[in-house]
Amino acid sequence: MCGIVGLYLKNPALESKLGELFEPMLIAMTDRGPDSAGFAIYGDEVGEGSIKLTLRHPDDEYDWEGLADSMRHQLRVELSWMQNANVTVFKVVGEEAQVRGWLEENAPDVLILSVGQSIEILKEVGLPENIAGKFNLKNMKGSHIIGHTRMATESAVTMEGSHPFSTGMDLCLVHNGSLSNHNRLRENLKREGITFETENDSEVAAGYLTWRLRQGDSLKVALEHALEDLDGFFTFTIGTRDGFAVMRDPIACKPAVLAETDDYVAMASEYQALTTLPGIENAKVWEPEPATFYVWERSA
Amino acid sequence: MKTYDLTEAAVRDLNQALHDQSPECVEREFEVLNPKGQHNIACGIDQNLSVDIKGHAGYFCAGMNKKAHVTIHGNVGQGVAENMMSGTVRVKGDASQAAGATAHGGLLVIEGNAGARCGISMKGVDIVVKGDVGHMSCFMGQAGSLVVCGDAGEALGDSLYEVHIYVKGTVKSLGADCIEKEMRDEHIAELTDLLNRAGVDEDPASFKRYGSARQLYNFKVDNVSAY
Repeated sequence: MCGIVGLYLKNPALESKLGELFEPMLIAMTDRGPDSAGFAIYGDEVGEGSIKLTLRHPDDEYDWEGLADSMRHQLRVELSWMQNANVTVFKVVGEEAQVRGWLEENAPDVLILSVGQSIEILKEVGLPENIAGKFNLKNMKGSHIIGHTRMATESAVTMEGSHPFSTGMDLCLVHNGSLSNHNRLRENLKREGITFETENDSEVAAGYLTWRLRQGDSLKVALEHALEDLDGFFTFTIGTRDGFAVMRDPIACKPAVLAETDDYVAMASEYQALTTLPGIENAKVWEPEPATFYVWERSA
Repeated sequence: MKTYDLTEAAVRDLNQALHDQSPECVEREFEVLNPKGQHNIACGIDQNLSVDIKGHAGYFCAGMNKKAHVTIHGNVGQGVAENMMSGTVRVKGDASQAAGATAHGGLLVIEGNAGARCGISMKGVDIVVKGDVGHMSCFMGQAGSLVVCGDAGEALGDSLYEVHIYVKGTVKSLGADCIEKEMRDEHIAELTDLLNRAGVDEDPASFKRYGSARQLYNFKVDNVSAY
């Protein structure tokens, strides 16, 4: 059992309150997932030619300034950074491969949680309430956010096994369920050049979507393929730079509820997590259909 | 009438108050405010009570109901009225999966749509759904009836025993051993009664009947020799 939640704002006026609206949603799913929690928030975009990385080091006292200085000098890149607890966001004018390669060589202890132009991922072992507090979720701003509370089944209670998983630029996925063909699929995807950080089944689903999007699929087409190729139980909530999607497997034994108003689209494992949203009493509330995906995207 | 606001009272306290009415009833009408999707609301009632839940409820709402009339003015999560014995449960909105699962008796009315596995392993309950039902509805249904005024999803009535299924709309597919059957006068009469009891205005003649072909293993007398 796990809890997943997502909030996609249709009304930009609410963007300054995204964290405040989302925090109680995440905490409401504690009884579905008390082992670890995390969220991916989209906003504060960097421009073309720049990337944003969320980096984590287990040591709270880690010398991020030193790391930033070395990267600046050795890669000759413009860089700014900001710290949030033991996680830091680096904004770099540069290429993903170059920055990733440099970090792997020069700071192997630093874990890359996400790379993109918009996404930031924050996750940790522990109760959702503590994690929301640690990262000051309620003061965060953005356009959309997806979160996960984990009750571990397929792999250990570790930071690495915590969701959300991101395997490509700005793509992120949270999963309630378990995949049965993840081992074979992981091997196939590795041959296609997708890299995995963990043995977790959900990361394979994220990797699969990254691969499809890399082939040029739209999010909708990628999800159509995912319904064919992923075997197992799943309710997914997926974030991209401009989009938000929800998909359930054909058996649909993992719960999901959607709510939509003029201001937002919200998703949760259980309705309980939606009750604090403004106007929820009059929202359109429904259960997503099996083997069906729902996509909301900002028009480019 | 007694009112419980679930932002102040715990579900456990509400349920205890409902259970306290079973030896001797001193309060027949209950109103529940702000259910906010909480689970197990109004479970295990054993008295002729009237309970109105004003909002969306979570899982197993009105489970194991006996005698009471429970109305949910909103949607419900999984397993509404599961294992109901008697009484009436009415959902004004949609119901999630496994509505009326294993229920032995009473009437379950869903005014919106029901999700997958509606009436799974039902054992005597009557279920009337004004909208659609999801896949695998009535799976291994043993007794009672299921009325669907909208459409039914895949594998309707799989491994069915004796449940009478009536569907007005389309059936995406029938499950193993479930077939369409002739609508005779007694079925029109039964369906008319079910629609009346549910307060649903539909023409019984516009429905089709489905039931068990009785061809699976457990229907074959030859298999008795295995025991």
